[in-house]
Amino acid sequence: MHTLIRTEKLSKIYPNGTFANKSIEFTVLEGEIHGLVGENGAGKSTLMKMLYGEEQPSAGQILIDEKPVSLASEFDAIKAGIGMVHQHFMLVPSLTAAENLVLGKEPKHPKSRTFDFETAARVTEELSKQYNLPVIAKARVADLSVSMRQKLEILKALYRGARILILDEPTAVLTPQETEELFVELKALRNHGKTIIFISHKLKEIFQLCDRVTVMRDGRMIATHKVAEIDIHQISNEMVGREVRFEVAHPPFAPGAKALEVRDLAFVDDFGIAKLKKVSFALRQNEILGVVGVDGNGQTELVEIITGAQRALAGTVRANGAEITNRSPGYIRHHGIAHIAEDRMTVGTALPASIEQNILADRYWDRKFSSATGFLKSREMSAYADTLVKEFDIRCKSAKQPVASLSGGNMQKVVVAREFTASASILIISQPTRGVDIGAIEYIHSKIMEMRGAAKAILLVSSDLQEVMALSDSLIVMHEGEIVAYFPSAASVTDKELGLYMLGIKRQSDDEIRKVLHE
Amino acid sequence: MSNIKKFFVDRESLAPALVTLFAAIFSLLAGVVLIFIVSKDPVQSTKNFLLAPFLRSYNLYYLLIVMVPITFTGLALCVVYQLRYMSLIVDASLYTGAVVATAIGTLVSLPAGIHPAVAMIASGIVGGLIGLLPAILKIRWRANELVSSLMLNYVFYFLGSFVILYYLRDRSQTILSSMPFKQTFLLPRLIPNTQLHAGFLIAAGFVVLVSIFLYRTRWGYEIRITGANPRFAMYAGIPVTSVILYAHFISGFLGGVGGAVEMSGLYRSFIWQMDPSYAWDGVIVAMLARRNPKFVPLSAAFFAYLRVGADFMSRRGDVAFEFITLLQGMIILILASDKIVNYFKERQLRKQILKNQGGVR
Amino acid sequence: MIHFIAGVVSSSNYWFIVLRSTAPILLVTLGAVITAQAGIMNMALEGSMLWAALVGVIVSAATGSVWLGLLAGIAASVMVALVLGFFALKLDANAVLSGVALNLVATGGTVFVLFALTGDKGISSSLPSKVLPTLTIPLIKDIPWIGKVVSGQNIIVYIAAISVVAIDFILRRFTVGRRIKATGENLDAAKAAGIDPIKIKFFTLVISGILAGFAGCFLSMGYTSNFTSGIAAGRGYVANAAQVVAGGTAVGSIFAALLFGLTDAMATYLQNIGMMPELIQALPYAVTILGFVVVTWVRDRRENERKRKLFASAATKSATKKEKLHGV
Repeated sequence: MHTLIRTEKLSKIYPNGTFANKSIEFTVLEGEIHGLVGENGAGKSTLMKMLYGEEQPSAGQILIDEKPVSLASEFDAIKAGIGMVHQHFMLVPSLTAAENLVLGKEPKHPKSRTFDFETAARVTEELSKQYNLPVIAKARVADLSVSMRQKLEILKALYRGARILILDEPTAVLTPQETEELFVELKALRNHGKTIIFISHKLKEIFQLCDRVTVMRDGRMIATHKVAEIDIHQISNEMVGREVRFEVAHPPFAPGAKALEVRDLAFVDDFGIAKLKKVSFALRQNEILGVVGVDGNGQTELVEIITGAQRALAGTVRANGAEITNRSPGYIRHHGIAHIAEDRMTVGTALPASIEQNILADRYWDRKFSSATGFLKSREMSAYADTLVKEFDIRCKSAKQPVASLSGGNMQKVVVAREFTASASILIISQPTRGVDIGAIEYIHSKIMEMRGAAKAILLVSSDLQEVMALSDSLIVMHEGEIVAYFPSAASVTDKELGLYMLGIKRQSDDEIRKVLHE
Repeated sequence: MSNIKKFFVDRESLAPALVTLFAAIFSLLAGVVLIFIVSKDPVQSTKNFLLAPFLRSYNLYYLLIVMVPITFTGLALCVVYQLRYMSLIVDASLYTGAVVATAIGTLVSLPAGIHPAVAMIASGIVGGLIGLLPAILKIRWRANELVSSLMLNYVFYFLGSFVILYYLRDRSQTILSSMPFKQTFLLPRLIPNTQLHAGFLIAAGFVVLVSIFLYRTRWGYEIRITGANPRFAMYAGIPVTSVILYAHFISGFLGGVGGAVEMSGLYRSFIWQMDPSYAWDGVIVAMLARRNPKFVPLSAAFFAYLRVGADFMSRRGDVAFEFITLLQGMIILILASDKIVNYFKERQLRKQILKNQGGVR
Repeated sequence: MIHFIAGVVSSSNYWFIVLRSTAPILLVTLGAVITAQAGIMNMALEGSMLWAALVGVIVSAATGSVWLGLLAGIAASVMVALVLGFFALKLDANAVLSGVALNLVATGGTVFVLFALTGDKGISSSLPSKVLPTLTIPLIKDIPWIGKVVSGQNIIVYIAAISVVAIDFILRRFTVGRRIKATGENLDAAKAAGIDPIKIKFFTLVISGILAGFAGCFLSMGYTSNFTSGIAAGRGYVANAAQVVAGGTAVGSIFAALLFGLTDAMATYLQNIGMMPELIQALPYAVTILGFVVVTWVRDRRENERKRKLFASAATKSATKKEKLHGV
């Protein structure tokens, strides 16, 4: 088959220093549906942004039809026949579907040169019929459903003459029924001769839809396979593919009293999607309870509600017997909860502030660091920060330097140093090792186990299945905003079995799940 | 020596300091160029502009007097700039503070010493409450704090002059003036036969107080963390909304006190015919000080030097005093464009990483 | 008092002044609307007006032509907008701060230039500048009351009215209007559609510069017949608040500007008959802020209502899904 897109040693380094793509050799054949998989941060989005002219390569080149092209902007990419459906739709809510469709290439009245809305609407309806992607041409995008917005995005690309369609995690925002519908439509597009690049981290979908699949990890391209020739485990190994298996010494499991209790938690996002549906569980002292699930199944919202960053629609959260539902993060911290935030760059640290300031941000008010009259004890503060820098092995010149100047792993150690020394009995840990080097990972893991030994109750959320399995005492699995399984002993379950629950293929009985409440 | 160096040199990088220095030098050069364009005797005018404080001792004292109000507004703006807010309400705080002080200075009888102190506290509180308004409008209704503060400045200016005209005016005077202040209200002069008043020391005291507040107390710590990353501050348990509110109260409080100090120090009655707009000077003072109060005296002295030079030159020649405002605008433009510096910083970083990675494999 | 105000409000003279006071604020509000629609706040409108007012006066005095004066005034105003664009869009400076800085340059610069030319800092009365003509409209001028209000206004008042239509056309009828909206509402969407947002933003800056140019020239060559220092009197800032009240539309700008114009005219009117001017002069600014708060409050309530409905529908959706599951 004809090679449509090829990249040669394509690399991308962002201004903040992130090495997002390392010498990528990526090939797409004409008329195929090509899957692109990898964990968060593997570099999929960056690669696609370069193909769509949104980001410029730091090195290497892109070839279309075996001819080198320079894609300096989205405009160039459109001209080269590339269309992209972004994860966050690139639509203007206050304009109609038809206006969005023709944006940048608008039909005009021949005489007055004014915008020809009727033609735009007609074109939209015709295209919609031709490719069997139903949209309401004259409705404002703000009033369209999510799946219709997505169809509009696909039509937008087709209107601009796209031969190649890139879809960035299109199913993340869809219900299972809508996903099936989309797959039928995408296969129809392939039969129309279009080439499709499909980005996902749901392996099941890759097997349903794609002809070939490319795996990315840590900014590198690992392999490309024909889907028919491999199985799901090989891909998942390649995706996670850590050279080092986590060997964590597990002292015997002796759970204590209930520390955190979550009941019937519900949450609906701005798009009206129910992200949490009656989630209930309990967490005990000396226990690491792992939360397993494909990203986007409600884990983030669950953590945000427990820690006060988000308000629940219904349900209660209790910490050590005290009700903390929908209280401020400060109140919740005072009730014994510490939290390693999923995103250390925007939430977990204040980048321009110093290491010392970051470490003390949740305890500067303590009598150890500020007097009864409110004066800071700066000597005690820097001595304390220096101790933690040493204790947690944060590699830096001094605790006075801004956190922004640290590497990802050391930045995360700053967060860990703060949260693990907070006088909290409950630790909510999200993605503790995302984007962190191997050395730091091992260190953070050993610290987590140390915390368990210190009688803390730990909720561990990570999209790294191996990590959760290695560290946790017990597990819950989340799927589409619900807990679908509870395993009292993490050691007695295989990753294969977990996968079935994560993908929603299997589900425990309500009675089995209720055991996580320990009543 | 190393302590002095530590005091003045930013630990993080020299780039912003260099931009500041560049802006200062540029403003002086631009001033000279403008003088040469319009003046018939450019050499004399330039000399008057650049050397005013050294040509007459009066000018030197004048420079110190000018520093007082702009130190207060500069400090006030340092506090809100620490939050990355851009409210200019300190203008209304200062003006209204001056009006409140006038009322207390003319209508109330108190013993000397206590009289101006009471006025400063009252003006500070009124100024602080006014300072809260743009913050509330922003938090509750997402009103751009700069726009709302500028309009509130007009509102409070008109309200203030209404109060002076209808309640405090001295009708025996032909020009607009309040009744004369009571003797007990006046601050002492520091040096006889000059206008240099004790307000200068009060301003210096506030520089120390605000520096301590921002860098040595838990509330200042909260303000700095909130400014550095509000989401992080929230996550770490800092009560962000109340931090924003009290920072704005303090900022307005400083403006109010500044108004009262001007009245009791420099004047014998309220005679402002229009809004002196010290907030704009405060913008430049705070920006040059890089929102750190300890640098405020330095940048206030620099700006007062420009002002006094422009004033002296304009009274002795044919160049309008207002060209100082023009220079002020240019300095802000340069300081706001520090993205140029960032560009070079980023390029440096990229090179380093490529080197560390040993090139692209 | 109420009787008196009723008398004022029913007089044609009052409404004549209302239109006159509204025109400049309407023009700059339109300018603020079109730039805000493109996602850039033109804080330098104040400076644009000041330079236009001064340059208009100088050029009309030098050439003896009021039209050349107007043209030069507009050119100066557009220059300011372009400089703002250069700093904000090319040098990535904070747009609000750069706008404020340009206003300072204008505040000081206009007086500086005025003094250099005339030796006077306050007013340009020594310059033989021209005044833009007023227009009497045939037919309409004969209608009782309305004729007195609408006819005989300065030409800029009519230009302001035409500008509403023009901006409405640009925003709603021409393709560029959709591109402006896209740029302001979802910058990435505009880029993804192959639109150059910088070009769009510069375009709106130029338009707002032209509008502020008309407004500035009107102030010094129509509303009054001189340039006086600080003649724009914060209208450039008011426009940026009125823009929000206007809800981003040209027609909405009329109401937002009227809010200011009505109170401004009342201030002028009452001042003329010797009422406490200070208190009343504060009104236009206070009313604009109040209008802003009310409009935002209403919009927020509507948005909350929308979300509550989404919640409700999502809740029923998940409920029916449950039932289905159990039914099976």
